[in-house]
Amino acid sequence: MSSGSVQTLPLQLFLREDFPQLLQTLKQLGYQTLGPVLSQGAIQWKAITTPEDFPIDWKDQQEPGSYRLEPDPSPRYFNIVHGPESLKPLTFAPRETLLVLDHQNNTFSAKDIQPDTTPTAILGVRACDLAGLGIQDQIFLHGTYPDPYYQQRRENLFLIAVNCTRAHATCFCASMETGPKAQQGFDLSLTEADEDFLIEAGSVKGLKVLDQLTSSIASEERIKEDEERIGACAASQTRSLPKANLPAALYEAHDHPRWDHVAARCLSCTNCTMVCPTCFCHGVEETPSLDFQQSEHTRVWDSCFTPDHGYIHGKNFRPTTKDRYRMWLTHKLAAWIDQFGTSGCVGCGRCIAWCPVGIDLTEEVQALSQPPL
Amino acid sequence: MTLNPYLIHPATIVERKQESTDIVTFRLQLTDPALQESFRFEAGQFNMLYVFGVGEVAISIVSDPDEPGFLDHTIRIVGRVTQILGHMQIGESVGVRGPFGQGWPMKEAKGKDVLIVTGGLGCAPVVGAIEYIFQRRGEYGAMTILHGVKTPHDLLYRERYDAWRHQPNTKVLLTSDEPGKTWHSHVGVVTELFDDLELEPDNTLVMMCGPEIMMRVACNVLTHQGLRPDSMYVSLERHMECGIGLCGHCQLGPFFLCKDGPVMRLDRVMPFMGKVGV
Repeated sequence: MSSGSVQTLPLQLFLREDFPQLLQTLKQLGYQTLGPVLSQGAIQWKAITTPEDFPIDWKDQQEPGSYRLEPDPSPRYFNIVHGPESLKPLTFAPRETLLVLDHQNNTFSAKDIQPDTTPTAILGVRACDLAGLGIQDQIFLHGTYPDPYYQQRRENLFLIAVNCTRAHATCFCASMETGPKAQQGFDLSLTEADEDFLIEAGSVKGLKVLDQLTSSIASEERIKEDEERIGACAASQTRSLPKANLPAALYEAHDHPRWDHVAARCLSCTNCTMVCPTCFCHGVEETPSLDFQQSEHTRVWDSCFTPDHGYIHGKNFRPTTKDRYRMWLTHKLAAWIDQFGTSGCVGCGRCIAWCPVGIDLTEEVQALSQPPL
Repeated sequence: MTLNPYLIHPATIVERKQESTDIVTFRLQLTDPALQESFRFEAGQFNMLYVFGVGEVAISIVSDPDEPGFLDHTIRIVGRVTQILGHMQIGESVGVRGPFGQGWPMKEAKGKDVLIVTGGLGCAPVVGAIEYIFQRRGEYGAMTILHGVKTPHDLLYRERYDAWRHQPNTKVLLTSDEPGKTWHSHVGVVTELFDDLELEPDNTLVMMCGPEIMMRVACNVLTHQGLRPDSMYVSLERHMECGIGLCGHCQLGPFFLCKDGPVMRLDRVMPFMGKVGV
């Protein structure tokens, strides 16, 4: 598992022409390599075996309610900031059989299903998603009941972060203090320029890989230049969430008319919760075989926007879209802090881009913080 | 894989009692002798009960924590899982995961008078606590048990109330919203029973279970009678799907009721109880 920064080497310069070495080294060490791959008009984490698998000719444009890919002349591997997937599906599987139960002689036996634990290196992890992973670790690993399925997947990840030098209109990681530079939780981190990368190890595992690469000590100037590019990326972000008093303000805003306003636009489609790097709600489905001799006990992502979420025999505690949006926002930005000591938002902006009607939580929070008219 | 909180353990139905047409009490015994030996629970905790091929449902344990070899569960047939579970018979197997949640404050209640206020089937989660006190009668003060039902027909555990009535320093008062030919107790809502009580607010601990609206009203009335919210406990019900605070359904404000509850101290949940859509 990734630990904090292990800075035993000065920042290294790693040439673009040597980039295939990174893929080869990871392969030699037994990792399957996943990276951003063009798929269905967006990008997804998929197998990367050669540098040509990267979507080099494309960049993404994200705005409220809009995600578009455009041709891009730059030669960079990591020009696309992010797709709809955070790291979440790689550790907390969207659909996962937990148990298989066998019926026998009027009773049954239950067997737990081991997740696939192939060591997996992920190339191109953004700072916001590392922060999201840290929050999911808090939920699934550091509570009263650590989740063994999550744990096994998590332990087998090798994370290669890429610091952002370009932000979207929807990004607000700077305001959430999660990016654009990856601070911790990575094994290697890259800052990409047209001809080369700055590369840094964040763990002993990362150092082992870095040792295998042809690299040289980066110049002070180059380091400063990259810091400036990352700084400019932060400065270019226009959206933000307030920190001070936000939980109290949201708890107190329970009867605010703005909830009706947003509920009139919200489709309750669950997109925001599906793309969110931290949302963790799930349900369990039971699927018996046709002969009723075996049954699969399967965990499936759920969302607080579904009609079932607050349902209990004969009563739905959150019957309206207004209740559900309020539940989501209040949980994410207020209750989450009580539960896990951190906000549930990392500022990745996905919920804004992937909302079919472009609802923007930063705008909603702003409106909810104003006294009702 | 190390300890897996999702693993379901088979148990056998060893006793079955039909409480009413749609309510059944089961006595379960875990099949694995080692697990049977090590299983411990507190009054007010719950198990996730599993029906093969159907799924799980959260049900409180009503038996005595001092006899953890047997797990009693009272089930009302209301949903997809209980529809099947409620019709199962002696000798059949159900699954058990648990125990989960925070139980009743038996330690805090020591030396105090205890007032139990329940409504409907709401009595079930608190039966374990009542029996616990009667097993250690000398350690607790005066017991007052108030129970309200919608109609006389809805009264469960009739023999239990009769037995409790004969315990020393114990008062049992029943009420029904609607009258009935065979109903000789009070008619009206449960809060009307408070009028005849002589409570010592500083030395009384309240345990409450039932419909949330009933508990809210009862808590209000008791607060007016001088009881402090930090000496009142309520058992709350929400959609509990995992039992371990991970699935997200049972949230009430900052609480996961499956993990932080189901028994909650009133002053902690008061800001969130009764809010529409929470």
